[in-house]
Amino acid sequence: MNVLVILIPVALLLGGLGLLGFLWSVKTGQFDDLKGAAERILNDDDIEDEDDRS
Amino acid sequence: MTPNSGVVDAVPYETPNTLSSSFLKRDEDKTELCLIVDDMHCAGCMRKIEKGLSALPDVTWARSNLSTKRVSVKWTGENLGIADIVDRLNEIGFNAVPFNPSLMATSGEDQRKTLLRAMAVAGFAAANIMLLSVSVWSGNAADMDAPTRDFFHWVTALIAMPTIAYAGQTFFQSAWSALKVRSLNMDVPISLAVILATAMSLYETIRGGQEVYFDAGVTLLFFLLIGRYLDLSMRSKACSAAQNLLGLRATAATRIESDGSHTQVPIEAILPGMKVAVTSGGRIPVDGLVVHGVSDIDMSLVTGESLPVSVKAGSNVFAGTLNLAGPLEIEVTKPEDDTLLAEIVRLMEAAEQGRAGFVRIADRVAEFYAPAVHILAAVAFLTWLIVGAGWHAALMCAIAVLIVTCPCALGLAVPVVQVVASGRLMNKGVLLKSSDGLERLAGTTHVVFDKTGTLTLGELLLVENQNLKTEDLAKAAALARGSRHPLSQAVVKAAKGLPPLRAEEVREVAGAGLEGLVGGTLVKLGSAAFLGLDNTETLIEGTSLEGPDLWVLIGDAKSVRLSFVDRLREDAGEVVRTLKNEGFKVSLLSGDRAEVAEKVAADLGIENCLSQRSPAGKIAALEAMTEAGDKLLMVGDGLNDAPALRAADTSMSPANAADVSQVAADLIFQGRSLTPVLEALHTAKSSRRLVLQNFALAALYNSIAIPLAFAGLVTPLVAAIAMSSSSILVTLNALRLSLGQQR
Repeated sequence: MNVLVILIPVALLLGGLGLLGFLWSVKTGQFDDLKGAAERILNDDDIEDEDDRS
Repeated sequence: MTPNSGVVDAVPYETPNTLSSSFLKRDEDKTELCLIVDDMHCAGCMRKIEKGLSALPDVTWARSNLSTKRVSVKWTGENLGIADIVDRLNEIGFNAVPFNPSLMATSGEDQRKTLLRAMAVAGFAAANIMLLSVSVWSGNAADMDAPTRDFFHWVTALIAMPTIAYAGQTFFQSAWSALKVRSLNMDVPISLAVILATAMSLYETIRGGQEVYFDAGVTLLFFLLIGRYLDLSMRSKACSAAQNLLGLRATAATRIESDGSHTQVPIEAILPGMKVAVTSGGRIPVDGLVVHGVSDIDMSLVTGESLPVSVKAGSNVFAGTLNLAGPLEIEVTKPEDDTLLAEIVRLMEAAEQGRAGFVRIADRVAEFYAPAVHILAAVAFLTWLIVGAGWHAALMCAIAVLIVTCPCALGLAVPVVQVVASGRLMNKGVLLKSSDGLERLAGTTHVVFDKTGTLTLGELLLVENQNLKTEDLAKAAALARGSRHPLSQAVVKAAKGLPPLRAEEVREVAGAGLEGLVGGTLVKLGSAAFLGLDNTETLIEGTSLEGPDLWVLIGDAKSVRLSFVDRLREDAGEVVRTLKNEGFKVSLLSGDRAEVAEKVAADLGIENCLSQRSPAGKIAALEAMTEAGDKLLMVGDGLNDAPALRAADTSMSPANAADVSQVAADLIFQGRSLTPVLEALHTAKSSRRLVLQNFALAALYNSIAIPLAFAGLVTPLVAAIAMSSSSILVTLNALRLSLGQQR
């Protein structure tokens, strides 16, 4: 019983963090462009290339 | 989305750089602009656009969205204008149309996000509460002591109360607005059950009672929110397609000033009597009269005819049509608000009101279900009170009745079938746009086809001709390559695979033909008149003069006639035959000339053929059919079909249809085959059967659960089992649609 008083709130808190994370990702528009996000990974913008072909 | 109809002062638009400011969103020194870029397809395009725009001075932010095909740009200062951004995008190879985000109803998107958040919260709460509830149920059977149980109840209460207050809002608001106008919808029993169950459970928790119904309330909300979300996300897809409507409108026009200079002005600043210039390849921004220039106009969006129309000084042209050949000067006859396109949009809006009479099955069920549930609960309460059980036990019983009858399965019955059906249709290349489209489609008795682009492919095909040698075809194709005219393009297509030749000194005479040098010989391609031929000598044995034609003259050889046909979709005949066998009436409703339409109708075995109908005439024809008691499915593609697509009970468009038509249609099918029309009808019928089965299942479940609740035998455990099992049963039944290939 005593351990439940601590463990249940802890479990809820962890689950709640996951929920907050999801709500945050919806709010910041991470689900707005699912197609684009899938394609963007192909861009090598972090690698310097000056010739700008694509 | 009514355009700015007020008379706009022309003075602010003196410099070409300042187009209409309504497109710009200003925030202190930052300016934001949204553009539709329809030809963005891949990661490369996105990168090119973002890099290209960021390279402009003062641009601080550029972001492209591939799903909505939109680009958003922000910049500081006053040095940049819409024209600079559009020009820059043109430079790197994209067609951009600025658009005004405030014109768009973004409420659909907001609502979707609200529902998604509510669903996430309800799902999280439902999982945790169920975890605790299962412990309590098993603990009640075993040896859980009262303090532990009370602790669990308090934890569930603390999760459930805020969840219900937050996630239940959609239902509470809808129920409240229904009650305010003294009517009942499905949300009234839902809200009542959830609120009463929560209130009673809270009371029981405080009292230290054995049974609470928090889990029932929250799971109920979760299941129902899934149904709502599925429903709404399907509709928001349609909404996003509708936003491309603006892309069709020309957003800027080139005005010719009295001193002959050209000025870029927004379309709102164009008044009747002004003159505008339209370049070759541009869209005509206004309805008007040609005052100068000769060209061919692609009117296919307006008339449904695939052949371009020649215009010269004095001809009427319509907004939204495409100028193919030469530059034109047009005198404006009507302000933008009064153009043909605006007229068609207006016809569509008027036609849409006729469809509002359709009541969805779920709403029809709700009409008698909601009062029945409330009366049952009241009867249960009174019966127990009269029997002398005390008000607490009587109330418990009444609430149990409300909870078990709560239309959880009903709330899922339609959306789940819809999602499964639209998934199955998607596999067959059909896109379901409107949420109640399938239900309306299921009642269809009469299928009405448009001709061009629907029964036919809408692309011209060169008829094989033994008089035409392949090397001559190659020469003609070399000449035709530079022209936008559909006939030229058909020649180029026919010459595919032949070694390409080079044409020099090509001259295009708008509305007449082309001439140029290929390998040193003079080649002429064009109308009989352009080649200097007399109409009487053009008849050659074995060829008919039907349909559009071109003549080709190579050097001093005899001219050869090229004829073209608009090809039928390959399976059109079979689809029409199957439809007739299955008892559907089939009609052809075309804007094209009578002889062309009738020939197609005869080829396909369609008896009822109506031709030369204007958009309003098409609506009238459909109304006559509706009067006769038929439920109509209209299949069409052109701008001229758009109002008819709205007026029919259900409508379908091919994927290459005009944007407006795609917006108007309930379903869109892809590919070169017509079979999807048949598929859609079959799927609609089987999904209606499944929806009815689901309702029967829900009724069966209620007929078992209600007596139990009446008898006071429904514990939270029984309620949870009954609710989840009925929902799962309904979902499984809906999934049969994707498994079995039954019709």
